[in-house]
Amino acid sequence: MAKTKKLVQMEAADVKDELLAKYPPKVARKRAKQIMINEATESEAPPEILANVRTIPGIITMRGCTYAGCKGVIMGPTRDIVNITHGPIGCGFYSWLTRRNQTEPGPDGDNYMPYCFSTDMQDQDIIFGGEKKLEAAIQEAYDLLHPKGICVFATCPVGLIGDDIHAVCRKMKEKFGDCNVFAFSCEGYKGVSQSAGHHIANNQVFSHLVGEDKEQPEGEYKINLLGEYNIGGDGFEIDRILKKCGITNLATFSGNSSYDQFARAQHADLSCVMCHRSINYVADMLETKYGIPWIKVNFIGAKSTAKSLRKIGEYFGDPKLIDRIEEVIAEEMPAVEEAIADVLPRTEGKTAMMFVGGSRAHHYQDLFEEMGMKTLSAGYEFAHRDDYEGRHVIPNLTVDADSRNIEEIEVEADPELYEPRKTPDEIKKLEEAGYEFKHYEGLNAQMDKGTIVIDDLNQYEAEKLVELLKPDVFCAGIKEKYSIQKCGVPMKQLHSYDSGGPYAGFKGAVNFYNEIDRLVNSKVWSYMKAPWQENPELTATFVWE
Amino acid sequence: MVLLRHTPEEVAERKALMINPAKTCQPIGAMYAALGIHGCLPHSHGSQGCCAYHRSTLTRHYKEPISAATSSFTEGASVFGGQANLVQAINNIFTVYEPEVIAVHTTCLSETIGDDLKQIFDKATKSGKVPEGKTLIGAPTPSYVGSHVTGFSNMVKAMAQLAEHGKKKSGKVNVIPGWVEPCDMAEIKRMAVLVGVDITLFPDTSGVLDGPLTGEYTMFPKGGVTIDELKKAGSAIGTLALGEWCSADAARWLDSKCKVPCSILDMPFGLAATDRFIDVLRTVAGVPVPESVAFERGQLVDMISDMHQYLYGKRVAIWGDPDQLISMCEFLVSLDMQPVYVVTGTPGKKFEKRIKEICDGKGFDVKVKAKGDMFLMHQWIKNDPVDLLIGNTYGKYIARDEDIPLLRWGFPILDRQGHQYFPTVGYKGGLRLLEKMLGLLLDRKDRDDPERTFELVL
Repeated sequence: MAKTKKLVQMEAADVKDELLAKYPPKVARKRAKQIMINEATESEAPPEILANVRTIPGIITMRGCTYAGCKGVIMGPTRDIVNITHGPIGCGFYSWLTRRNQTEPGPDGDNYMPYCFSTDMQDQDIIFGGEKKLEAAIQEAYDLLHPKGICVFATCPVGLIGDDIHAVCRKMKEKFGDCNVFAFSCEGYKGVSQSAGHHIANNQVFSHLVGEDKEQPEGEYKINLLGEYNIGGDGFEIDRILKKCGITNLATFSGNSSYDQFARAQHADLSCVMCHRSINYVADMLETKYGIPWIKVNFIGAKSTAKSLRKIGEYFGDPKLIDRIEEVIAEEMPAVEEAIADVLPRTEGKTAMMFVGGSRAHHYQDLFEEMGMKTLSAGYEFAHRDDYEGRHVIPNLTVDADSRNIEEIEVEADPELYEPRKTPDEIKKLEEAGYEFKHYEGLNAQMDKGTIVIDDLNQYEAEKLVELLKPDVFCAGIKEKYSIQKCGVPMKQLHSYDSGGPYAGFKGAVNFYNEIDRLVNSKVWSYMKAPWQENPELTATFVWE
Repeated sequence: MVLLRHTPEEVAERKALMINPAKTCQPIGAMYAALGIHGCLPHSHGSQGCCAYHRSTLTRHYKEPISAATSSFTEGASVFGGQANLVQAINNIFTVYEPEVIAVHTTCLSETIGDDLKQIFDKATKSGKVPEGKTLIGAPTPSYVGSHVTGFSNMVKAMAQLAEHGKKKSGKVNVIPGWVEPCDMAEIKRMAVLVGVDITLFPDTSGVLDGPLTGEYTMFPKGGVTIDELKKAGSAIGTLALGEWCSADAARWLDSKCKVPCSILDMPFGLAATDRFIDVLRTVAGVPVPESVAFERGQLVDMISDMHQYLYGKRVAIWGDPDQLISMCEFLVSLDMQPVYVVTGTPGKKFEKRIKEICDGKGFDVKVKAKGDMFLMHQWIKNDPVDLLIGNTYGKYIARDEDIPLLRWGFPILDRQGHQYFPTVGYKGGLRLLEKMLGLLLDRKDRDDPERTFELVL
């Protein structure tokens, strides 16, 4: 298999050819469309990339399933909802505390995150149906914990045997009266990746929970933070900064989130979207139904954090807030600059590759740029074309059979709660001044020309890329970690961060600089060969005197 | 701070809701077992999430690359069957990764729709997707039956089924170690060498999942049992199956189909179970046990006698896999410790009976449950505490809440290192288990003793 020798001056096209060379023709044809060289063609636009298509059977993928996206990613970080996995034990077990979502329940707060709830379906449940068992399990959870909400997640066999989990939940919700019970048809086989699961989760939270709390919360500048999952405490750092600026974060979807946060999200005046992939449609729905405009933000990277804060300030347009934001940036940046000055001599000119989730492969490039590091190749595990090419391609996206399986909910302006936060004139004025609402330009725009963008990277291609372009650091997930490191290249997990974090915001940026400095400069990578392996030829005999 | 603050002391019967399981699903066991075949790529026949979850968990436990492929079912395959996906996968795998063997296990999805692996293998073979000399094996591993232990056992049985009935005996002994760590497998091989018995160990993940860092990645490291060795397992003079749950099925199959007589033993954790393993090994092979083995045994007995005062009467809560728990409970009892709460998620009435037999008449009451969960065990502990917890990483929440030391042992261990490298089987393994237990108990004593009884010499 691969030997890690660095080929300098390798053209991107050659790299692409190398990646495809070993595949059977059918596989090579498909992968060729998912591997894109990021440079302008004759039409002055980089070529299209094939994304959000089925994984090729037998090819060792980085992807997970719909259930993982729904229960693991979106609902996993909610602390006071009892999440019951309806299925055999495995799915619940594997999504139990493995994503490093942190939460702060407070002294008396409810926190069910350390618990794994499952109906542990047995063969008789598969044969005779699992609805009765599910009903009993919901009852037992209610009797034991009296939570505000119980959510039920379908695993593969549940969809096949046709358990009506939604009906069971409706019945139990009615029965309890004081506990919101709803379900997610997030069977693993739906869609082509975790992305389908995000969609199913978000739709149900939007339909069953958002808007429940009618009371107007306090706060001068109220926002929602969408697509932030508080991995390694990222959300804590962002909340710290927002609070310092005087901005009230009503609801984070869904890091460090609670039932009540979701229930009051409709009171916000602005939605700020972090992970575009996992949640952009919720931002749209919040706007359509309640009149809350949305902007894309990025709190990964110190400069991006400052930029995002200024963008929020500009939206509210209150000089008091704008001044405060500038004060906060001025207070926070010296520590960041000091950290950069420290690591830069050791990181500048080094290279990185990133193959992560839906937005992290993009966001983290800002941090690497701040350290003077270049991203040689990047891509997403479960993105759609708009995450690469920008939102303007959304109208041109083809809807295939797999996407059609995922429910799209129709949203209208709420007759009572719709309230445009800005007049069309105000919006227009902001836009004329260069302000961008619901705008995302995608990953490709930030990548250098001639870099390679790869959708749904697999283990074989990862190993080849490392062999051909030997980066100084490779970023992906736990499954990729040790095969990359065996090649002698440090691997940083960006899904759950290995250890460490937060990496968001100002303090997080400093953490990340130090972490990458540690990784790319660790002595361990120089220990690969023993002295006798470095110089295997015996040229003389040692003679004892 | 209380992490599991919602766990009440009062135990209410639950019939439908599993909370904090002490087991997981079949395919992960099948995947781990398959990695113990040389040149094998495990393949998960179902939707891709299962494979991702199993690889992630095994990776986190072993801190090694875990390669496995998946049929990547979408809705279409779930309705029309997974044959096309698996045939295509077999072709892609042999072309791209070039393994010697593909070991396919099913998932609850492919089991529920009724995919027949044997028929799909025939189809793949007939349509030329299996290169000359390459092997396909398969095991049914529906997640709604048994546990990860069952999946391990099913894949080991599929390995045994490669054995060919040989008229001429090879003089070798098959040893089926069960779900133990790569270092435990290496230790079992070392013990066999000490005794002087030529064994075929399967599965054998040593050399596969404890690889060095060299700057070169190989998907198929040197270790693992070869297909050739598995074929010859049918000519062995006997089989030792270590663990009823993990290993007995394969051994009994070899016995009935290839006339290789089998002994079903406990996993060799602790003194007595190791004694029985060595004793049966020398009997089957007809060799004397060398002094070096008795020497190692004597060291373990010596350490037990030296430190007995700190072990005597200590109450232990333990959870994990049946085969491991049986031997470990026997070991604890032999140290005059008291395994008062014993829980496995894996079903099996025989388990409860066996644990009760081991603890019977030893002066304490044991609460034992198969198909139990860690929520229940925690409730028991709240009602009547213990001195030591023994189990996987998920126990750290109970350990912290109740302020009880935790000996990490079993699967999965996600937050510590060492389990991959330092065996806990055999006499040497017994020494390590004792050392770890004593370390925890004495650290606790040093932390808790008041000033006037805090002493240098223990």
